[in-house]
Amino acid sequence: MSTFGLVWANLFRHRARTLLALFSIIAAFLLFGLLRAVAVAFDGGAAVAGVDRLIVSPKFSIIDGLPVSHQAQIESVPGVAAATHATWFGGTYQTPANFFVKYPVAPREFFDLHDEYIIDPAQLETFERIRTAAVAPEELAAEYGWQIGDRIPIEGDIWLRKDGSRLWEFELVGTYRVRDDENAFAAFLFHYDYFDEARIAQTEGIVSNFVVRVADPERAAEVSAQIDARFENSTNPTRTATEDEASRQFAAQIGDIGLIMNSILSAVFFTILLLTANTMAQALRERIPELAVLKTLGFSDHRVAALVLFESTLLCVLGGVIGIALAWLALGAIGPSLQALLGRIELTAATMLGALGIAVLLGIVVGLGPALSARRLQVVEALRR
Amino acid sequence: MLTQIAQITLMNLRNLPGRLGRSSVIVVGIGGVVTVLTALLAMAAGFSATLDRAGSPDRAIVLRGGSSAAELSSTIDLQRSQYVATLDGIRLASGELYTVADIPKRANLLPSNVAVRGVEQAAFEIRPELRIVEGRNFTPGRNELIAGRSASAEFLGIELGATVQLRQSEWQIVGIFEAEGSAYESELWADLASAQSAFRRFSLISSMRVVLASPEAIESVRGEFEVNPAVDLSIVAEEEFFRNQSEFLTALITGFGYGVAMIMAVGAMFAALNTMYAAVSARTAEIATLRALGFGATPVVISVLVESLALALVGGALGAAAAWFSFNGHSVSTLNQVSFSQVAFDFAVSPGILATGIVWALALGLAGGLFPALQAARLPITRALRGD
Repeated sequence: MSTFGLVWANLFRHRARTLLALFSIIAAFLLFGLLRAVAVAFDGGAAVAGVDRLIVSPKFSIIDGLPVSHQAQIESVPGVAAATHATWFGGTYQTPANFFVKYPVAPREFFDLHDEYIIDPAQLETFERIRTAAVAPEELAAEYGWQIGDRIPIEGDIWLRKDGSRLWEFELVGTYRVRDDENAFAAFLFHYDYFDEARIAQTEGIVSNFVVRVADPERAAEVSAQIDARFENSTNPTRTATEDEASRQFAAQIGDIGLIMNSILSAVFFTILLLTANTMAQALRERIPELAVLKTLGFSDHRVAALVLFESTLLCVLGGVIGIALAWLALGAIGPSLQALLGRIELTAATMLGALGIAVLLGIVVGLGPALSARRLQVVEALRR
Repeated sequence: MLTQIAQITLMNLRNLPGRLGRSSVIVVGIGGVVTVLTALLAMAAGFSATLDRAGSPDRAIVLRGGSSAAELSSTIDLQRSQYVATLDGIRLASGELYTVADIPKRANLLPSNVAVRGVEQAAFEIRPELRIVEGRNFTPGRNELIAGRSASAEFLGIELGATVQLRQSEWQIVGIFEAEGSAYESELWADLASAQSAFRRFSLISSMRVVLASPEAIESVRGEFEVNPAVDLSIVAEEEFFRNQSEFLTALITGFGYGVAMIMAVGAMFAALNTMYAAVSARTAEIATLRALGFGATPVVISVLVESLALALVGGALGAAAAWFSFNGHSVSTLNQVSFSQVAFDFAVSPGILATGIVWALALGLAGGLFPALQAARLPITRALRGD
């Protein structure tokens, strides 16, 4: 019998006990996986894609809007490589529960600036050509069963049309996807020109923010300051931040709730670990007399101690891996419904590695005491018990 | 039979302190579940209560058609607001400008959305629950603000006598108000005309708060709007308006609370099972002796169950107490997604929530004790006495 076989057989010596311990470890790590994912989302998402991108927002409140004419001035700031704009549209598709972000944009510019958004060049060209055209992220189109050529009606709330109606209709001409490793916020995109022409006169020419690519990311702070300085004394001053900072600041608005959930739940995770460790250590101690048998058969002191340690670590790692796998499945199921509030929720590599580390550590801590007793064990005395 | 049950159960409970180390696993595990469940339910309850308190059955809100949920995206012009004020069924009406401003929160110093409401004098008549508790009311025509009690607690520099910048103008805070702990206490109020000019919304308002002649009058007003589609207005009862605002986040936190508690409960249940199996195996000789003396299986089963229920109850009570002492009345603030502004609220640990926690604790105790109890009853007496 191989060493692994022996450990495996030992592990299931008390099958019920081991399974119970395993299940509670699984529960602990399932919880850990879910909580870390939510915590990362509360923190403003995993690192945002564009380190070389800035967001220029209205200085006093993101609800204010900026004149689209700012763009030419932003482009003339030294160090700015490219700029485009986006506008918060709000609006409802069928029912308020169908939440997704909708932006009127300048098609070519927008896709040039967001190189993590991948679209078929022919579809982009159609998008540019047809004024009422729209493109959607692939997952969104799949979720609502949209086909290319479908007309998609959106009821506006913020933006009214000149003709007095609230109904905006767009023709879907393409889909795009976000490159896998980027945690970008994908939106339903349509033509800014069409939007601007159709909305009522008082609101013409207003956009929510500008996205800027800087030529040299090292100089991002300097360029930000220059952009803000340019508009400081205008009626529409700006506040410029990197994409990362901007999304972090917005996420901070959810604030205390995230912090509280996290602190309650981390305390709980460690409580469960403690309980599990206690139970496992107990179970191992009860089996010490059996280890005397191994020693009688000629296993060295070190070998027996190593077996015990290996056994407890194996159990913890097994539980950790299954727990994280379950968390991954659960997030796949519930993630999309939370996206509106928290952005994309997913397990990061750091979370998975962290879980593995904790599992190994737990196994060692739990196994150490029994392993030491096993090593010191006097065969004669133990067998007599 | 009953005396048997009582005797064995009491004996077992008296021996419990001897097994304290192991039993604490049940107490701590179940206590943890109850703490989390109670704390998160109390958070959800506090949030929805704060919004619910802002609504009154005889009040309603008029918004532009299509923006039935949010004041922020609604705009009403002068002509329409005058028309609304003359409708039958509306006893009192006040036009209000609702917007948000960035002010740093005390907690993290990051700018967050605070609600700013420009009001006419009628707004105070419409909301008699609003009382100025420090300072005085603002003077119409001046850049003066009164701040809700919670807004003052949550945001940096929102203090009596302080000056704060909203857009490009300076405002002095001349009063602090309370409104029976409702969401209004998270707002800043100013004179309508001054706010319109500071926020460049000349003669436009966001919404109208109205007092209805009777709660049923809302239907006649709604009918009026429907036969007259050109006015493009909608009316919603104030209670419903605030319920819509709290619905999503309350459901999210409640769901999160139950979900997390459920996973933890699974962990705690396995720990409890483990402990109870161990307890039964430690008592093997004792149980066998009792059975040999003529005690029945049922009293043994019950004694084990009572042990696990008692431990669960202790755990549940400790967990509920921990949640009560650390969270009840604790103030937090979050972004209300619908109004797009910060709402401060207190955790509310109610008797109902405490009861839910205790019920969960007992259910877990039962689940953790049942199988070990049955095993105890099935112990073959002779073998057990021999010590196998």
